Amino acid sequence: MEIFTQQLINGLVLGSIYALVALGYTMVYGILELINFAHGEVTMIGAMVALTVMGVLVGLNPELPGLLVVLGGVLVAIPACMALGFTIEKVAYKPLRHAPRLAPLITAIGVSIILQNAAMLIWGRQYVSFPPLLPQGRHEILGAHITDLQIFIVVLSFSIMGGLWLLVERTRLGRAMRATAQSKEVAQLMGVNVDRIISATFIIGSALAAIAGVMVSAYYGLAHYYMGFMLGLKAFSAAVLGGIGNIAGAMLGGLLLGLIEALGAGYIGDLTGGFLGSHYQDVFAFFVLIGVLVFRPSGLLGERVANRA
Amino acid sequence: MNAFKWFSGAVLAGILVSGCGPRSEEDANTIRIGSVAPLTGPQTHIGKDNENGARLAVDEINAAGLVLGGKKVRLELIGEDDQAEPKTATIVADKLLDAGVVAVIGHLNSGTTIPASKRYHDAGIPQISPSATAVAYTAQGFKNAFRVMANDAQQGKALGQFAVGKLGAKKVAIIDDRTAYGQGLADEFEKAAKAAGAEVVAREFTTDKATDFAAILTNIKGKGADLVFFGGMDPQGGPMAQQMKRLGLNARLLGGDGLQNANFLKLAGADAEGVVASSPGLPLEAMPGGPAFKARFEAKYGPIQLYAPYAYDAVYVLVEAMKRADSAEPAKVIAALAQTDYQGVTGPLKFDAKGDTVGGAVTMYEVKNGAWTVLETVK
Repeated sequence: MEIFTQQLINGLVLGSIYALVALGYTMVYGILELINFAHGEVTMIGAMVALTVMGVLVGLNPELPGLLVVLGGVLVAIPACMALGFTIEKVAYKPLRHAPRLAPLITAIGVSIILQNAAMLIWGRQYVSFPPLLPQGRHEILGAHITDLQIFIVVLSFSIMGGLWLLVERTRLGRAMRATAQSKEVAQLMGVNVDRIISATFIIGSALAAIAGVMVSAYYGLAHYYMGFMLGLKAFSAAVLGGIGNIAGAMLGGLLLGLIEALGAGYIGDLTGGFLGSHYQDVFAFFVLIGVLVFRPSGLLGERVANRA
Repeated sequence: MNAFKWFSGAVLAGILVSGCGPRSEEDANTIRIGSVAPLTGPQTHIGKDNENGARLAVDEINAAGLVLGGKKVRLELIGEDDQAEPKTATIVADKLLDAGVVAVIGHLNSGTTIPASKRYHDAGIPQISPSATAVAYTAQGFKNAFRVMANDAQQGKALGQFAVGKLGAKKVAIIDDRTAYGQGLADEFEKAAKAAGAEVVAREFTTDKATDFAAILTNIKGKGADLVFFGGMDPQGGPMAQQMKRLGLNARLLGGDGLQNANFLKLAGADAEGVVASSPGLPLEAMPGGPAFKARFEAKYGPIQLYAPYAYDAVYVLVEAMKRADSAEPAKVIAALAQTDYQGVTGPLKFDAKGDTVGGAVTMYEVKNGAWTVLETVK
């Protein structure tokens, strides 16, 4: 029983991380119907920038409390990623806004590769370790273990999702975003500055990516120029599973994917009598994804197209 | 379009010029030996270390004077960079063959040594790798391929026996990263651990890009394992050590030479404590010629990084074979190499029929107070 509880916690934490990154994909898709493949790399840049800043802070004053150092790192990483997201949109996507939909997809992949290589040149190919600055308190629930950081990740993911939902549903900016998502032309006629709304979307999404990047590297204790790729792929899948363009869907998809992976890796071996092992974890997860998409092509919560954003 | 034409013309011209660059006059009394290791990228320091080890040997041999077939000859070491990339490895191999080398000391990684070995085999020149440990390298049936370090099979076997015999493991869980190295090591470990009487309670898998092992570790915890063996590298091993502690999994983490490095200590942080990992070969201090070699090497190149003594021995093994053959002719040298019985700085060196070192030593290390400390050497 405690093993099952532990797998649920594992899945919940992993899923929250996926969800946090998936929110960025889904926001951009909701507005532009563009899959911003560079989003995973923005996450990575966020982690790298934060780690660099944290290194400098610790170098300047080793007495600084760990939490403050991490906060300092995050506070620099967020504007850095915001600027990056803004620039990516202006350089790679805006000129192609009226081009066939495949064109911005290709530039998105291009940007992703450029960012990876730039990060490799700046920070090197080595894995960078995340210093043990955060409290590592451990709690026991029903025989399973959970750490402060894991609780924080889950709570943060849910609060960000809630905040984002409030932003989209309850603010002027949110209304403009929803209007842009429905029809750029009509929104423009109604006095919405579409360019600014799109920029704002990228800036908000990139800020989330920065936070997610720091969380991921703190959780796993490392960062690497390649870390954004797999994370981005999983988060993108989560967004599709939940219904891309839908904020609650991204959250649901992320959590589901995390749980499926954890339970799949945990039980697939025993269920098949050792015939399939834990190396089928990803196969299993994507099998579920395909299954869902066959029956619900727009994802679990994807039918509310009018409400996407 | 014009600009493009001009550009491609310039590139073409560049290729032509570099392709037929001036080649020094072939000196009949010079014997060329290639040395290949990554000299750029993350493994630069280890690669340069190998080259320096080989260079030290070549310089010493030249200073002492080498006479083959009644003629005084001079060795020339050509150092090449394979970037630790299998693709680059074969290009560099061709480059060395074009330069007319009679033997190659290298490469550093198994992943580069194996594809390059085909080229050297086809050209019929001897290859001695100082540090490639994958079993596959010498299992290809190439008579020209040798190595001076214990291979993964020897290491996996030593690890399995050590886990049961010395660490007292009864229920072991095995994880590998599905790479040639990780899987090979884990398979050998499994065989040896079973033979020594341990029960394998879980066989789990991950990839060499994964960072989350919570699910498989939880599974292992449920099976009540008292030892977790990981066949893989430090980028996975570090987070794995952390996640084991986080999940309250009270089992010892054991690994191969992929974990036994400084980066693992950095990535695992405080959770590295108590982790045991092996490394082929002896610690430098315990090598028969270790301290003396260290003094000579450091006077010239600074601190030893890792495998320099092996590259050094590889050159001496090669030259001893040339002396016995009284020729630098590759076919004769290969035949002589198979008969090697040489006392090197790393220990006695003999090759078996496949080209592996006989009785290669494997040393066990444990993390104590944040540093790798020697537990013991197994032969």
